[in-house]
This record gives sequence, C-alpha cells and structure tokens, in this order.
Amino acid sequence: MGKAKILVVDDDPDVVEQLKLVLDSAGYEVAAAGGMAEAEELLLSFHPDAAVIDLMMEHQDSGFVLCHEIKRLYPGTPVLLLTAVKAATGISFEPASEEQAAWVRVDRIMDKPVRPEQLTKEVEKLLAGAGQAGGQAAKSH
Amino acid sequence: METLRILIVDDEPGLRMGATRALRDFKVSVANVADEVGFAIDEAESVEAAMEKLAAARPQIMLLDHRLPGMSGTDFLEKLDLGSENDLLVIMITAYASLETAVAAAKRGAYDFLAKPFTPDELRGMVRKAAGRIMLQRQARKLAEEKRRVRFEFIRVLAHELKSPLGAIEGYLNICVSPDIKVTEAKLREMVDRSRERLVGMRQLINDLLDLTRIESGEKKRELAAVDLAAVAREAVENVLPQAGARGISVNLECPAPLEIRADRGELAIIVNNLVSNAVKYNRDGGRVDARIRRLPAGVEIAVSDTGVGMSPEETGRLFKEFSRIRNARTAGIPGSGLGLSILKKLVELYGGEVTVKSAPNEGSIFTALLRDVGHP
Repeated sequence: MGKAKILVVDDDPDVVEQLKLVLDSAGYEVAAAGGMAEAEELLLSFHPDAAVIDLMMEHQDSGFVLCHEIKRLYPGTPVLLLTAVKAATGISFEPASEEQAAWVRVDRIMDKPVRPEQLTKEVEKLLAGAGQAGGQAAKSH
Repeated sequence: METLRILIVDDEPGLRMGATRALRDFKVSVANVADEVGFAIDEAESVEAAMEKLAAARPQIMLLDHRLPGMSGTDFLEKLDLGSENDLLVIMITAYASLETAVAAAKRGAYDFLAKPFTPDELRGMVRKAAGRIMLQRQARKLAEEKRRVRFEFIRVLAHELKSPLGAIEGYLNICVSPDIKVTEAKLREMVDRSRERLVGMRQLINDLLDLTRIESGEKKRELAAVDLAAVAREAVENVLPQAGARGISVNLECPAPLEIRADRGELAIIVNNLVSNAVKYNRDGGRVDARIRRLPAGVEIAVSDTGVGMSPEETGRLFKEFSRIRNARTAGIPGSGLGLSILKKLVELYGGEVTVKSAPNEGSIFTALLRDVGHP
C-alpha cells in the first residue's frame, strides 16, 4: 500500500507550511492549497484519503463549503476542520442544527492551535475509521 | 406608519370619550423620523382596569387622572414603579395644577401635566410632545445598538487578526520541540525567519491600530504648517525603492516641485507612503507604479496607479472597511494589517477630502486622494 494522501487547505501560508511539515514527517503524501478556488482545482486531480482544512478563509464559513464539496466528490474522505473560534469567543463551535451538521458532514472539528502529535494522531484515527467503514461496506455487498 | 398605544385612565366617562375623540385620528410627524405616528387609544375607568390593560398590552403613553376612586394618581404612579429606563410616558391630568402635586408626581416618574379643563388642542399638543420624545428615544437606542454592533465586529476581527500570527509562531515552536519531527538546519532558520516576519506584521498591526485610534479620538496633535508635498512624495518613493527594486518594479513620480501646501507633515507622509507602498505591494513583479501629484482648483490631487492584482467592483466596494483585506489567490502572501486604507481615508477626511479608486482585476488600480483644505499660495 502506498502513502495515504492528505489534502491541506489554509489561507495562512505559515499554517500550510506547518501542516505539510508535520504530515510529511508522519509519512503522508501531502497536497496543499491556500484557498477555496485553489483547493477546488486541486481536488479535480487529487483524490485525498483525508483532508485537513481551515474553517475561516475567504469567508467565515469557507471550510464548511469546502467540506461539502470534498464529500460530494469523494464521499469516503474524512474531513478534519480546524477552527480558531473557541479561542476567539470562548464558545466551542458546532454546526448549529442537525440539518446543518448533515449538510456539512464534517468528521472532526479541532480548535487551533493543534500540536503536531495531536494532528498526526487525529489523522491516523480518521484514516483508520474511513478504512474500516470502507471494509464494512465492501463486506456487506 | 408607526402606531403608539395610549391608555386613558379616568373615572369620568365624558373625559375619556372626549380625549379618545380628540386623539383617534390624530397624526404626528416627528423631526428626523420618516414615518408618521398615529395612535391606538384604549380606556380604563379604574386603577384595577388600568393594571389589567397595562399587563395585557403595555402602552407607550398613559393619560392618568390624578383623582381616581380608591387611589390617587400619584400613589398609582408609585405602585407602577417606573424606573429611569421606563418606556411608559405618563401624563398626569389634574383638576388644579398645584406645584405640590406636580413635584410629587414628577418624582415618581410622570412625564408632564395637563390641567383640567383642557381643550382638544392642548391635549394633542401634549401628546405630540410625548410622541416626539418616544420616537427620538427609540432612534437613539437603535443608533447605540448599531454602534455596539460595529464595535463588537471590530473587536472580533481584530482578535482574529492578532491571533493568526500568534498561531503561526506557536505552530513553528511546536514543530521545533516535537520529538517526532526532524528538521534541517536550513528549515529551522527558515522557521525562525518566518516567525520574526509574523512578529513584525503583528507589531505593525498594533501600531496602525494605535494610529487609527489617535486619529479617531482627535487625540493626535496636528501641526499645520507650510509643507513641500513634492519633498514628502520623493521620500515616500525612496522608502519603497528597496522592495520595488527587488521585484523589478519601477516607481515614477510626477510632481511640480516645490508644491507647498498647508498641512501636517506627518499626516501627509502617512497618506503618500500608504498609497505608494500599496501600489508596490499589490503589484506584479516587473510592473510599474506612477505617482502623479497636481494642484487642481478643488485642492491637491495625489493619484497613484499600479499594474498589479487589481480588484473587482465588488471588492473595491468593501475596500475601505477596517480589516477588509481582500483575500484571494492574487493577494495571498501579501502582508498587511488591513487598517492602512482606513487610516488613509480618515486622514484625507481631515483635509475635507476623499479617496477614490478605479480598478480592474489583474490590470491594476488607481487610488486618488483629493485634499481640499490645504490652503492656496
């Protein structure tokens, strides 16, 4: 089996650099984008096994929109959403309603800053979960 | 049309009927309020009935008889316990306007008095005054609410802008100490350099914020004197030459020299520096910047054009808002506090002027500052 492929999207070039560094040294193949348009373009040729994306980019909810797009193209790809909402407001963020959560279908939301060990652990978990779900789906067919 | 509810509390049916008739089709227009104000009238013949009506649908105005069976109007007022934030204006109706009654009632929150007997016009005059006060109060409340909202939004965005560099620096530090990640000497150097750049940006943001606050509060001392704008512009151009040169951008200045105006030299320097450095920052490599300064009948015009990333009309529309940095693929990686243009605009306004922008995506922008109040030679 080859390296798992991870999509990284954040509008802060330094954060992109850091996510790349951390996931690179954890042994993943990483493709990065600095915004919505770039990510959408990248997704046409890159099928990620998992995605790590920032919530607030061009717009306050860019991450949700992108998450929706990833799930539309690759329903099996788990998405980890990074937010800075909790640190800014003291309120931890969750999609406002069931309906919204279903629409967004984000797999995990984490508050920034995320430590390198935390990030690799979460990505590992998401990949394992996606693999399991895929395995089960295959079995039931 | 806005409708205010009036409750008439009096045990005399004749008075209630007369007052209702006088106010039923009465309309008031209030200065600075677009809508006409009309009235919905209700009546109560006793304290008990009034309490019920107050609980059911609170009126904005109450005409209250001072002499009610069982309880005086003043005692009723006390029972109502109108606080300073009260939204109910009470007009006391008294048989004889004694000073004593007036003082007692005013102490308990009555708005004004009407002495019996009164004419329909006197009643309407009183109600007009009360309605005007209510509408203006509402407007003031709305404005205060809007101000609060804008301030909250500003702080929210400011917090985000301050947190981003902290997060970036913290991220690099975490990588440095992480046992799982091996970084080369060169990479380490790069991470330190990036962290320092983010710190510089953060300091710039804080300085810009202080500048903006000083200008807004009027705290910044202005020293108006004869200043040679041509010299200020030459300095601004010299300031950006290192960055411009590194990216192959040519910077040209066209200005009659000397161009003496009456202004604060520091403010003028911020205005010109801001325009010229933006034109370099948002330019493409190998592009050009043209700064043209000229005296017009209306004042002095500083126009700076670039051949850079440009903006769509939608983007230029929100350009001058605080922190409204245009974030897209074309501006990614260009540092800035998001306050520069807000500062520019406020400073130009100090000279009775305005900043305008013409722009097209990927072609470039022309920013024009017109300073009106700069004296004439």
